[in-house]
Amino acid sequence: MEVGEYLRVSNLHAFYGESHVLHGMDFTVRRGECISLLGRNGAGRTTTLRAILGLTGRRTGSIMLNGREVINLSPHRIAQLGVGYCPEERGIYASLSCEENLLLPPQVGSGGLSLEAIYDMFPNLKERRRSQGSRLSGGEQQMLAMARILRTGARLLLLDEISEGLAPVIVQKLGEVMRKLKEHDYTIILVEQNFRFAAPLADRMYIVEHGQAVAEIAQHEIREKQHLLQKYLGV
Amino acid sequence: MSEIFGIPIQAFMGQLMLGLVNGSFYAMLSLGLAVIFGMLNIINFSHGALYMMGAFLAWMGLEYLGIGYWPALLLVPLVVGLFGIVVERSMLQWLYKLDHLYGLLLTFGLALMLEGLFTNIYGVSGQPYTIPEELSGAFNLGFMFLPKYRAWVIVASLGVCFATWFMIEKTRLGANLRAATENPQLTQAFGINVPLLVMLTYGFGAALAGFAGVLAAPVIQVSPLMGSHLIITVFAVVVIGGMGSILGSIITGLGLGVIEGLTRVFYPEASATVVFIIMAIVLMLRPAGLFGKEK
Repeated sequence: MEVGEYLRVSNLHAFYGESHVLHGMDFTVRRGECISLLGRNGAGRTTTLRAILGLTGRRTGSIMLNGREVINLSPHRIAQLGVGYCPEERGIYASLSCEENLLLPPQVGSGGLSLEAIYDMFPNLKERRRSQGSRLSGGEQQMLAMARILRTGARLLLLDEISEGLAPVIVQKLGEVMRKLKEHDYTIILVEQNFRFAAPLADRMYIVEHGQAVAEIAQHEIREKQHLLQKYLGV
Repeated sequence: MSEIFGIPIQAFMGQLMLGLVNGSFYAMLSLGLAVIFGMLNIINFSHGALYMMGAFLAWMGLEYLGIGYWPALLLVPLVVGLFGIVVERSMLQWLYKLDHLYGLLLTFGLALMLEGLFTNIYGVSGQPYTIPEELSGAFNLGFMFLPKYRAWVIVASLGVCFATWFMIEKTRLGANLRAATENPQLTQAFGINVPLLVMLTYGFGAALAGFAGVLAAPVIQVSPLMGSHLIITVFAVVVIGGMGSILGSIITGLGLGVIEGLTRVFYPEASATVVFIIMAIVLMLRPAGLFGKEK
């Protein structure tokens, strides 16, 4: 294990029923690093996050989390090792109030934000804390989905398309939150469609295609590897 | 005034009370069904058998071991709940991903086996269970005599129903249950042990049926078929109230008990069918039930 390595995914294959979605994903994330998985729709980025948490069907290969093999653990055991998940569809519970949503995920590590700190960061959520989850706006739901995992003390955050479908002001706000998280040394995997959102935040980017990581681009290489971005993402 | 709509007030109030007592049982049983369906996605056809088992265990406890009514009220639900947990771990847990029909078939088969077992040993005739001394006799309310035990049944079941509602709607544990009902995968991905919650939920639903069984033992004959007599009406109650609604099943259970009781006063011929007539009307007007949400 390399020094400072927090997550190593090697030769990961994942299936939904009969369909084979991940074909040998390989990538690593160092402690405190933010990486981004870029790629087209259906390339397998969301599935990669779900496979790390054990939410897909059958999986083979290896997922080392903080020096520990987790591929055979059930989802709640993996989460308890300090993984926070913000799903693409946001996953706000309609039958729970805003605050109940916020308090739902159990503590999985020390050093999570207190409720007050979260309400400082997201004042809207404080105003809306009695509202049913289903009555929140898209932006509020996204804030809530992020806030929810910051309370738990999770150190590895899996964030799926957090800027999707949101007004520019809110995307900007999320960018600020992301920078704060980086300052606080969170380890982050950011799945993004929005290259402009991901590029300034990610220390490294992996391009995912057909269920594999086909290219790796470090922050300082963005210019020289422009042709790869062009080729795979059209940006 | 000694008459209401031409019916002696004594008879009227008597049937109203009886309706409330029946309604209490409907409420407790349909509540258990609703909680189980929400969490396990299984229509628990063995619910009536679990209720019967509760009554029988109370009777057996008294008959063979000398365990009285009050300890039975605590012990029997524990035993029935434990039995539910064994059933869930050994059989039901393999069916969650399949169609509703499989869970229904398994639990129906289980109900037949339980009924068959008790029928084999005790026959179909009822066993009497005496009302505990503290609750025998009646209150004289002036306009009617209210048997103490009936009053106790209503109070106890309302208490249990309210406690269940409070636990699910107002506590952290309840929030976990609601979350796991709505999106089990994501809830587990947050680090909540959903399989454990599911197991406990079935155990709790079974315990609720067992509790209802103990409450019922002194008011009806304890017989192996007492569950299947009741469960059909309880399913109608669940359909009317809306599958998966907690408050809905409590209110509908009590309400239909009362309606049934009053029908017995005013038009006795319809008393056995009135619940199903209401069910048909509700299904025509609100297919998801009175308190259910359309999906």
